[in-house]
Amino acid sequence: MLNTVALVLLFPLIGTIINGLIGKNLRKETVGCIACGAIGLSFLVSIVVFFGLLRFPPDARLFEKTLFSWIESGSFKAAFALQVDPLSSLMILIVTGVGFLIHIYSIGYMHNDKGYHRYFCYMNLFTFSMLLLVLSNNFLLMFIGWEAVGLCSYLLIGFWFEKKSASNAAKKAFVVNRVGDFGFALGIMLIFLTFHTIDFTEVFSSVSNEGFHAGSFTITLITLLLFMGATGKSAQIPLYTWLPDAMEGPTPVSALIHAATMVTAGVYMIARCNVLYVLSPFTMTVVASIGAATALFAATIGLVQNDIKRVLAYSTISQLGYMFLACGVGAFTAGIFHLMTHAFFKALLFLGSGSVIHALSGEQDMRKMGGLRHQIPITYKTFLIGTVAIAGIPPFAGFFSKDEILLESLTRGNFIYWSIASLAALFTAFYMFRLLFMTFHGKSRVDHHAAEHLHESPKNMTLPLTILAGLSFVGGFLGIPGASAINNFLAPVFSSHIHTEMSGIHTGSQHGEGHPYLMMVISTAIAIAGISLAYQMYIKKPDLPKRLSERFHIFYKLLLNKYYIDEIYDVLFVNTTKKGSVLLWKYIDAGMIDGSVNGIARLVGWFSNVFRLLQTGYVRNYAFYIVVGCIFIIVLTILGK
Amino acid sequence: MITITHYITLSAILFTIGVIGVLIRRNAIVIFMCIELMLNAVNLSFVAFAHYLNSMQGQLFVFFTITVAAAEAAVGLAIIVAVFRNKETVNIDDINIMKW
Repeated sequence: MLNTVALVLLFPLIGTIINGLIGKNLRKETVGCIACGAIGLSFLVSIVVFFGLLRFPPDARLFEKTLFSWIESGSFKAAFALQVDPLSSLMILIVTGVGFLIHIYSIGYMHNDKGYHRYFCYMNLFTFSMLLLVLSNNFLLMFIGWEAVGLCSYLLIGFWFEKKSASNAAKKAFVVNRVGDFGFALGIMLIFLTFHTIDFTEVFSSVSNEGFHAGSFTITLITLLLFMGATGKSAQIPLYTWLPDAMEGPTPVSALIHAATMVTAGVYMIARCNVLYVLSPFTMTVVASIGAATALFAATIGLVQNDIKRVLAYSTISQLGYMFLACGVGAFTAGIFHLMTHAFFKALLFLGSGSVIHALSGEQDMRKMGGLRHQIPITYKTFLIGTVAIAGIPPFAGFFSKDEILLESLTRGNFIYWSIASLAALFTAFYMFRLLFMTFHGKSRVDHHAAEHLHESPKNMTLPLTILAGLSFVGGFLGIPGASAINNFLAPVFSSHIHTEMSGIHTGSQHGEGHPYLMMVISTAIAIAGISLAYQMYIKKPDLPKRLSERFHIFYKLLLNKYYIDEIYDVLFVNTTKKGSVLLWKYIDAGMIDGSVNGIARLVGWFSNVFRLLQTGYVRNYAFYIVVGCIFIIVLTILGK
Repeated sequence: MITITHYITLSAILFTIGVIGVLIRRNAIVIFMCIELMLNAVNLSFVAFAHYLNSMQGQLFVFFTITVAAAEAAVGLAIIVAVFRNKETVNIDDINIMKW
């Protein structure tokens, strides 16, 4: 059964090729069928692989399949090989499952777009790349997947490339990701230099065999470089700025790539390399701190944004911060668990917002929404479930995963992590319900033009919403404290050969000795506090936000303008780079390179100008030159003797 | 007794006169004649050496030189006539348009 794993990759690739080459000439229904069918088949195979893996005893759940030998150069070997273990099998289920629902949704959402086949070609290519990323068994193949999802992200953000803002956003995403990928590539090179292999299992086993001690400089450097790649791809401080702008792409793209799957690649990578990370307490501190900081920072920005997708984008960044916090304190299972539940409810929320935008003929500003719950009831109900799930109300999915992260950050980390994460949770509950209230409750602020066309989305859009809402509801039960199925399932990956007493960080599946139930009550209370605050501000006293924003004008401005981080980056990096490029262009390129080429030509010209004067046209002179030449040669001959 | 030195000296003198003639005269025909003079100076030394070394090769080369000189005279005079028809002069200082 596990041998079929290559098919998981094959179907999306076939879909890409068909839609990419001849999609233009096919009918829209056919294109949609091919794309969805490819992902659907891939999902079915993923299920088969998953159950195939379950048949093995937990410790033997590692299967590698080499498709062909890819690069062999001296001692450097990289095979095109896939690895199935609990982590990757879970990831392919998430990617193909959520991906399948989003593909179906896209059929409805994109139905009158002229780039229909192009869209599905890219989406299939993305799914293929993402699956390659999570299934690869060595760092280089993972890097290929990593870069390919970046490419697809670029193509899909800039899908409506006629729009200047979209093509700019695509460029920004690509360039910012390059910064992170630079670190990732260096990390891989360092891994090869250190371990003489880039194979996951070999690297991880040689870490323990060769006795790298905790805090080893090389390991710290490797993990930091890899983490640099993760900050780019998973939109963490300082490289998060591309993700909000990435909302220029079609909404299902935001749901699939910029919420559910691609942006979690960094979390996956760190979880995959957990053996390396636990050996470096310093890196773990960096990861946890950056995760916590991002969680809070992005949540505060999310409080005041007015674009429905931007709120969700900042929410995504914030939730990714939670995952990194979990990884940073060594609770990799909690991170992956949150990755999974987040994939469900954030895909749901994005698709729901897409449904709202669709209903309002493209309006994204929440100030021009309101009171929509009666017009688009299915969207409202599913959106409500998603919102409750992310806010962390039991028994919805987000509660269990977020609660686990909060708990772990206290028991394995320290009080500061916990308080930052709790504050961010408060903000999360607040801004998500603010979004819900502004969009679906209160008086309608929809302009009459859009109101005329107001309609609930078609079946193929509401069906994925319903399924995702169901998953957001039940997804959390996989990780009920005490009887956590996901903990037991992932345990072989995370409590591997290394015994981490030496690093002082505990991996493994046991819960902390804190008071899990007390913590649950506290985190629920936090969520309810956030919700009631939003209720007070946006339902009870709708003029309160305005008064507050005037009272705390500076704060409000600061948040509304996203702490001016984009502007600061522009001044610090973008403009200096541009200026540097201008200098290079003017002085190095135009000055030195062009100058030397042109200079040589001019030198030759100058000499010719001098020597052409010898051509007097007088025969006598020519004869004279000949005579002088002859005499010269004769003299030389005589002297030579 | 006339030795090889005398022949060589005469040949050198004739050659030098030819060179100087080529360099300082302006009439194309005179220059032409000077070239012939140089050729014949060389012929003279050829023959002298052939006699001195008791070898036929030198005399053989003289025939070649005479042949070349004859061909050159034919072509050269034809060019001079053609130039004269165009420019009505054989003064080479007036034939100087092939320059920068």
